[in-house]
Amino acid sequence: MNKAYDKSAKLVCESLGIDLAELNDWNCCGASAYMAIHEMRAHLLSARNLAIAEKERKNLVVVCPACLTTLTKTNHYLAEDSRFKRTIDAGLKAANLQYWGNVKVRHLLEVIVNDIGENEVKSRIKQKLKALKVAPYYGCQLTRPFGEIDDTEFPTILDRLLIWIGAEPVNYPLKAKCCGGLLMMTNEDVGLELNRNLLDCAQQNGAECIATICPLCHMNIETYQGDVNKRFGTSFRIPALYFTQLMGLAFGFSRKELAINEELISSQRILEKHLEVIR
Amino acid sequence: MIMYEDRADRRAHALSNIFLHAVYGLPGGDKIKECLQCGTCSASCPTSYAMDYTPREIIAALRAGLLERILRSNTIWLCTSCYSCTVRCPSGIKLTDIMYELKRLAIEFGLAQEGANAAIAAKLFVDIVDKNGRMAEVPLVSRFLLKTNPLGTLKMIPRAAKLFLRGRMPLIPHRIKGISELEKCAGTLTEALVSGLHPPLAHGGED
Repeated sequence: MNKAYDKSAKLVCESLGIDLAELNDWNCCGASAYMAIHEMRAHLLSARNLAIAEKERKNLVVVCPACLTTLTKTNHYLAEDSRFKRTIDAGLKAANLQYWGNVKVRHLLEVIVNDIGENEVKSRIKQKLKALKVAPYYGCQLTRPFGEIDDTEFPTILDRLLIWIGAEPVNYPLKAKCCGGLLMMTNEDVGLELNRNLLDCAQQNGAECIATICPLCHMNIETYQGDVNKRFGTSFRIPALYFTQLMGLAFGFSRKELAINEELISSQRILEKHLEVIR
Repeated sequence: MIMYEDRADRRAHALSNIFLHAVYGLPGGDKIKECLQCGTCSASCPTSYAMDYTPREIIAALRAGLLERILRSNTIWLCTSCYSCTVRCPSGIKLTDIMYELKRLAIEFGLAQEGANAAIAAKLFVDIVDKNGRMAEVPLVSRFLLKTNPLGTLKMIPRAAKLFLRGRMPLIPHRIKGISELEKCAGTLTEALVSGLHPPLAHGGED
């Protein structure tokens, strides 16, 4: 349901010279749901992906914070806990797989900001976003629980990237607060409440759009925005764009190439205001 | 020697023991002993306002031998794994991991009753991943609705139509080639043994 993230991330990586190769026959990481039913089986899902990546001698780059957290957690526990490692190794062995612990798991945002850096990103810009006011929404699992990428309470890595492409990140106190994840489906009342708060905060701080780095966060604040309005009598119309879509616009890609035409809440008006050329 | 008042008391003790055994097995798990009952977890939790028992109360209940009421409540099914509690706990308790353990326990002993939608969704998620090696949103959502709110499926149709018309509705789930590898991995585990050892608890009711 998120070709937009996939398409825009691939285009941005191509522009930046990041050579992406899809992990061969990767499986679902299990996210939060699988771990709620099985513990070690959930870790084995991560372990298989890590084993395949190690065999291909590649590090893993992910765009979803849930994948980041589950893969990183398995990685850490393998290094910290020998009994855990024995169980995982035995499981992998039964499938003729093995993992020695040599794969690093990273989020694309962090790779772009830290490995590629400001000068390289700026050199690809065809048009800056002319002070487009963006609420940088990090959500939960990019920085929590490990805090390796950025601060667990008030991260700024996305804010910095937005400045590089000419946007204006607004103050966003709820930037790392929860969108509810799957709660929108399993407990709509709470899901809507959490997202109403996120939208309200963005609006109050003058945001014209919200930048996301997680497909589930994006779904909750964009696809269900109409439901928030219906429930609370609000009239939010705040488009949500992936950080790679915003980068793509600055790099000169078209709305269709970046799958912006698939949005449910139109960003046309704000893009026309802040971009010289919209293809 | 511990004197038990009655069967319920014995059962409560057994449940707590099973739970603690599992928690101590988690990396960093025995930090749970150092809970100060400060309430930082409850205050940080985005959904604690809707919980029958707050995160802090879980550990209080455990200490009072009242774990079962936690497992029967909506509390654990409102946890979104946001990890706010985990990063702020002054005792370094990995409360999110403990929440996962509670979820698994509640399901294993058939205690998940109230607010069990999240449990149903999680089981469907596992079922789809076990069959395909990948997640597929359309079967997840449609099967979930049919199970929990068949009439509510009608409400979903306008949203589904909007997504479909914008090409955001992937209809065919992809199955990975290495699905048998995942099966072989899982085959080495003996996680499911616990409930077999404690039949009275597995029934989830008074015995």
